[in-house]
Amino acid sequence: MTTDTLGGAREATLRQGLRIIGHGIVRQPWMFTIATTGALIFGALTVADAWVLGWATDHALVPAFRDGTIRPSILILVVALFVGLALLRALGIIGRRMGGGIMAFRLQSAYRREVTRQYLRLPMAWHHQHPTGQLLSNANADVEAVWAPIMPLPMAVGTIAMMVVAVVQMLLTDLVMGGVGLLVFPLVVLANVVYQRVSSPVFTRIQAVRAELSEVAHESFDGAMVIKTLGRESEETQRFHDKAAKLRDLGIKAGRLRALFDPVQEALPNLAVLAVLAVGVWRIRSGQAATGDLVTVAYLLTIVGFPIRSIGWVVGELPRSVVGEARVRTVLDETSTMAVGDHDLPVTDDGAHLRAQGIWFAYPHGGSVLRALDLDVSPGRTVALVGSTASGKSTLTTLLMRLVDPDAGAITIDGVDVRELAPGVLAKHAALVPQTAFLFDDTVRGNVTLGEDIGDAEVWRALRTAQADEFVSALPGGLDAQLGERGTTLSGGQRQRLSLARALVRRPRLLIMDDSTSAVDPDVEARILAAMRAASGSGTVVVVAYRKATIGLADEVLYLDDGQITDRGTHEDLLARNPDYARLVNAYESADPVEEAAR
Amino acid sequence: MSQLLDGAELTALQTMRIGFSHSPELRRGLGLTAFFALLGTAGRVVVPIAVQQTLDRGLHGPQGVDVGFVTLMGLASAAAIVLTAASSYLMTSRLFVAAESGLATLRTKAFRHVHDLPVLTQNTERRGALVSRVTSDVDQVSQFLVFGGMIGVISVGQLLVATLVMLVYSWQLTIVVWLCFAPLFISLRYFQRRLTAAYAEVRRQIGVMLSAISEPVVGAAVVRTHAIEKRTQGRIDATIAAWEKSQISAQSLTAFSFSLGGISAGLANAGVIAVGIWLGFADQITAGQVLAFAFLVSLFVGPVQMGTQVLTDAQNALAGWRRVLGILETPADLVDAGPEGVDLPAGPLDVAFVDVDFAYPTGPTVLHGVTEKIAAGSRVAVVGETGSGKTTFAKLLTRLMDPVSGTVCLDGVDVRQVTHECLRRRVVLVPQEGFLFDDTLLANVRYGKLDATAADVVAAAGELGLGDWLDGLPDGLDTKVGQRGESLSTGERQLVALLRAHIAAPDLLVLDEATSAVDPELEMRIGRALESLMRGRTSVTIAHRMSTAEAADEVIVFDRGEVVQRGRHGDLVGQGGVYARLYASWEAQRSAS
Repeated sequence: MTTDTLGGAREATLRQGLRIIGHGIVRQPWMFTIATTGALIFGALTVADAWVLGWATDHALVPAFRDGTIRPSILILVVALFVGLALLRALGIIGRRMGGGIMAFRLQSAYRREVTRQYLRLPMAWHHQHPTGQLLSNANADVEAVWAPIMPLPMAVGTIAMMVVAVVQMLLTDLVMGGVGLLVFPLVVLANVVYQRVSSPVFTRIQAVRAELSEVAHESFDGAMVIKTLGRESEETQRFHDKAAKLRDLGIKAGRLRALFDPVQEALPNLAVLAVLAVGVWRIRSGQAATGDLVTVAYLLTIVGFPIRSIGWVVGELPRSVVGEARVRTVLDETSTMAVGDHDLPVTDDGAHLRAQGIWFAYPHGGSVLRALDLDVSPGRTVALVGSTASGKSTLTTLLMRLVDPDAGAITIDGVDVRELAPGVLAKHAALVPQTAFLFDDTVRGNVTLGEDIGDAEVWRALRTAQADEFVSALPGGLDAQLGERGTTLSGGQRQRLSLARALVRRPRLLIMDDSTSAVDPDVEARILAAMRAASGSGTVVVVAYRKATIGLADEVLYLDDGQITDRGTHEDLLARNPDYARLVNAYESADPVEEAAR
Repeated sequence: MSQLLDGAELTALQTMRIGFSHSPELRRGLGLTAFFALLGTAGRVVVPIAVQQTLDRGLHGPQGVDVGFVTLMGLASAAAIVLTAASSYLMTSRLFVAAESGLATLRTKAFRHVHDLPVLTQNTERRGALVSRVTSDVDQVSQFLVFGGMIGVISVGQLLVATLVMLVYSWQLTIVVWLCFAPLFISLRYFQRRLTAAYAEVRRQIGVMLSAISEPVVGAAVVRTHAIEKRTQGRIDATIAAWEKSQISAQSLTAFSFSLGGISAGLANAGVIAVGIWLGFADQITAGQVLAFAFLVSLFVGPVQMGTQVLTDAQNALAGWRRVLGILETPADLVDAGPEGVDLPAGPLDVAFVDVDFAYPTGPTVLHGVTEKIAAGSRVAVVGETGSGKTTFAKLLTRLMDPVSGTVCLDGVDVRQVTHECLRRRVVLVPQEGFLFDDTLLANVRYGKLDATAADVVAAAGELGLGDWLDGLPDGLDTKVGQRGESLSTGERQLVALLRAHIAAPDLLVLDEATSAVDPELEMRIGRALESLMRGRTSVTIAHRMSTAEAADEVIVFDRGEVVQRGRHGDLVGQGGVYARLYASWEAQRSAS
C-alpha cells in the first residue's frame, strides 16, 4: 500500500497514529504532563524573550540612546528579565526532554514485557508458524517504531501552543505587521505537509531495504564456510551489492528531498521578516507603530520558524508507528492457548507409565507425519525409538512432552491425559533432551539448574553422568563460567552434554532423549551410556537412536515406520523377524565385506 | 592467522585518511561542496544585518524614514536569502551523493573482505557483530557525514561568520558575547565524554536485553519442557529495567547539556543590552547595532546546543568507521593467486602434504610435521579422536586456512598458487553442518552449480539414491527450506548439502562428517552411491563411524596432531595402536545389545 496513491489510507494512518499517541498518553499521563508543561514553559518563555527584547528596545535602548542616560533600575530589570527567563527556560527544556524520554522508554519497556510474556504463553504450534527473525524484530525494532513519535511529541504540543501565543501577540503588537507575518505559518505548514507526503514512502522503503541488507549479510556470514568451499564469494558480493546500491539510491533520493526542504523551511520565516520590515517601515512612517513593535514581530518570526518542524517530526514518525503497532498487535492479540487442566501426578520415585493412543499428527501445509500411532511404555522401562530419517521420531517426542498436541488421539502419563495436567506438572515429572541443544546466556550452573535450588554436588553428579565434568572443570570459573549467547563458546558435543546434564539433574520419572548425543564421539557416548545405565534409578526412558550401543541400553525397541509403531520387541526379536529394521540397524555391518569375511 | 582488527589503534586522522582512500567518492567535488557550504552559512547573517540596516538607515537615518533604501535593502536581502537557500540545497544534496556513494562502496568492499578472510577468523567473530559492521556501523558514519557533520560544519561556520559580523559592529560587545559562551565551550568536551560513555552503556544494555529476549523465541521448546517461563520472564524483565535505567541516565545528561545553551544566550542578551547602552553613551555604537547583536546571539545558541550532540555523534561515527576499516585492514591470509595463478590440469587430483604445521593464533600447534600423499583417484578415510587434527587436515586440504609452515600441493602445485576459481570448482568440502539459505531446495542445490536445471538436480538425487526422499517432500524441489534450513530435519539438511556438492562434480571431494545425522541405512546407501560416482576421482572422508574406514582404499589415522598410522583397514586392525583401539570401541558399540 503506497501512501501517495491512497488518500484514504493516509488519513487512516493519521487517525490510527493519533490513536496510538492517545493510548501512550493514557498509559503515561504523568510523564506526558511533565513533558508538555516543560514544553509549554519553553515555548511561552521563548515568546516572552521576544517581548522582553522589544520592551528593552523601547524602554531602555532607544530612550538611553536618545537621552544619553538610563535609570539603573531599568537596566537591572532588563538584565534580571533576560537571565531569569533563560533559567526558567532551561528548566522547561529539562522537563520536556526528561518527561518525553522517560515516557517513551517506559512505553517501550511495557510493550517489550507484554510481547515477551506472549512469547512465553503462546503454544509451541504458534512459534512453529512464525520465523525467529520476525519474532525478534517484533520485540525490538517494531516496539521502538510504535513509540517513536513520543519523544518529539511534547515539543510539538509546546510548539502548537507557542504558535498560538506568538500569533496572538503578533496581532496584538501590530495588526498589519502581524497579519503579514502570519502568512508564513500556512506556508511553513504546507511545506511540512508536502515534505512528509513525498518523503515518508521513501523512508519506509529505506527501512525495508536496510532490513533486507542486514538479512543478506547475516545469512551470508552464517553460511561463510559453504560460500568459501563452493567459491561463491563473487555471487554473494553481488547479492549484497545489489541491496547496498538500492539503499544508496534511496538514501540519495531522501537526501535530495531533505536538501530541498531544509532551505525552504529556513528561508520562509526569513522572507517573512523582510516582508514585515517593509510593511513596518510604512507603518512607522505613518506613525501607527513603534520601532519596538517591528522588532518584536520580526523576532517572533525568527524564533517560531524553527520549532514548527517538530510537528513534522511527530507526523513523519506516524506511518512507521502504525506499521509497527500492527505488527506488535499480531503478537499481543494472539489468543491461541494450549488448554491446561488441574490434575497433578503422584509424587513417587517410580517411573512414569506412558501411553499414546490413536495419535494423528500433521504439520500445517504437510502430509500426515503420524497416523493412528499407538504406544505403551510400562513404568521403569527403557525403550528405543528407531526409524529412518524423517520418519517422525522427533515429532513424536515433541508430542510426548506436549510441546504440540496431536490432531487426534491422546497421550497419557500414569493414566492422566497430558492435556488435563496442571501447568508445570509435566515438567516436574518428565524431561526432554533435544537433538539440538539450547543453552542460555548464563553460567554453567544456571544452565543446569535453570534457577532451581539444586546443590553443587547434585550438579556435578549430573555433569559426571553426562561426561561433561571434565571440560566444565577446565573452564575458567568451573560451574560459574559464563557461557555467552547460546553457548557459542562450546563445541556441539559439549553443548549436548550440558543439555543432557540439565535433564538428568532433575531425576525425571520420564526421560526422553532425541538422538541427543549425535555430536559426541563414539567412545564418549559409550561412557555416557555406561554411566547412565549405572546411575539410572527406576525412571522410564524413551530414547531415539540409530546406533546399536544406544539401542542396547533399551529393554525394548519400538520401530517407527510410515507414521506408526509397526513393530515392537527386543532388539534380537526385531532383528530376526523384521527385515526393514534389520536393514536399518545393520547397515554398517552389511556394507562391510572385510568384517563379514572375518566372522 | 589474523584476528579481526577493530581499528581501535587508528587515530582520528588515520581513520579519515584510510576511510577516504577506501571511498574516493567522498573526496570527489569536495571543494565545490565547501564553497556552497560557505555561501549557505554566510547567508544566515542576512536577517540580522537587514534588521540593523532598516533600523539605523531606513528608519533613523539622517533623512528620517527612507522608503527607497528600505525597498532596495529588502530586495537585496530577498535575493541573498534565495541564493543562500540554493547554496544550501546544492551543498546538502552533494553531501548526500558523496556520502551515500562512498559508503555503499565501503560497505561492499568490507562485505567481500569478510568472505576473503580465513574461516577461522570468521568463526571467532560473533555473527551479529560482524553483520553490524557492514550495516549499522556504516549507517552511523553516513548519518553523521550528512547530518552531524553538516551541522558541525555549519555550526562552526555560523559561529565564525557571526563573530566576524559582530567584530565589524563592535569588538567590545563581541568580547561580552564570547565571555558569556566561553564556559560552555570549555565544558563541551566534558559533556561529550560523559555522553559517549553513557551511550556506550546504553548500547551494551541493548545487546544484553536482545540476548535475553531471544531466549523465549529461540529456546521456546526448552523453556516449555522445563516449565521455566517465570524464570525466563524474570531474566527478561531485569534486562529491560537495566536498559531503561541506562537510557534515562543518558537522557538526563543530554537534557542538561542541551539546556545550558539557552542560559548562556540569556546572559549574553542581558550583557549585550547593558554593555551596549553603556557603549552607546560613548557614541561607540548605535541602537540598531545593539539589536543586531541580539539577533546574532541567537546564531550562537544552535551550535552550542547541538555541540555536545555533534561531538558525541562524531565520536560514535568515528568508532563505527574504525570498525568497518578494521575489517579491511585485517590481512586476508587466503589471497587469490589471481591472473598469475595456476589452473590445474583436468582429471583426478592427487594431494601432497609436505611437512605441514598448523597452530591457531595464541594456541598450541594442532598439526605437526604432516607429510602425506594421496594418490589421484583413491578413496581415503581419515579417522582419529576429537581434537586429533583431522578436521584441520580437511580445512588445509581445501584451503580454508593456510599452514603455518610447509606446503599443501594439488597435482604438485602449491594450493596457494592455484586460482580461487579453479580451486573452488575442482575441490569441494561438505561440512557436518551443511548450511542452507532461506530459499527453495532447488536454489540451495544450484548453489553447487549455478546453471544446473531442475532435471539435473532430480537426476543427481537419483544417482545418490535420494529419489524417494525427494518425492516424499510436499513441494519437491520447490520446498522452502526456511531460515538456515530449519524447516528440514538435521539429517535432511545434510542430504541437501551432499546433493549440492555432488552436482558441483568436483575432482576432489572432502566429506567432514557429512552424513552424521542420517540413519545408518541411508548413510550406507549414500556411501555406496558416492563410491561409484567418485570412481576416477579423489575422495577424502572424515568420519566417526568406522564403517567408512572399512570401505576406504586407505585409512589415515590422526592422533594428537600427527599421522600415526596409515594403510588398509584390514592391515591396520591387526597392527594394534590407535586404530585398533578406535575400532574396538566402535565394534563394542555396534554389536552391543
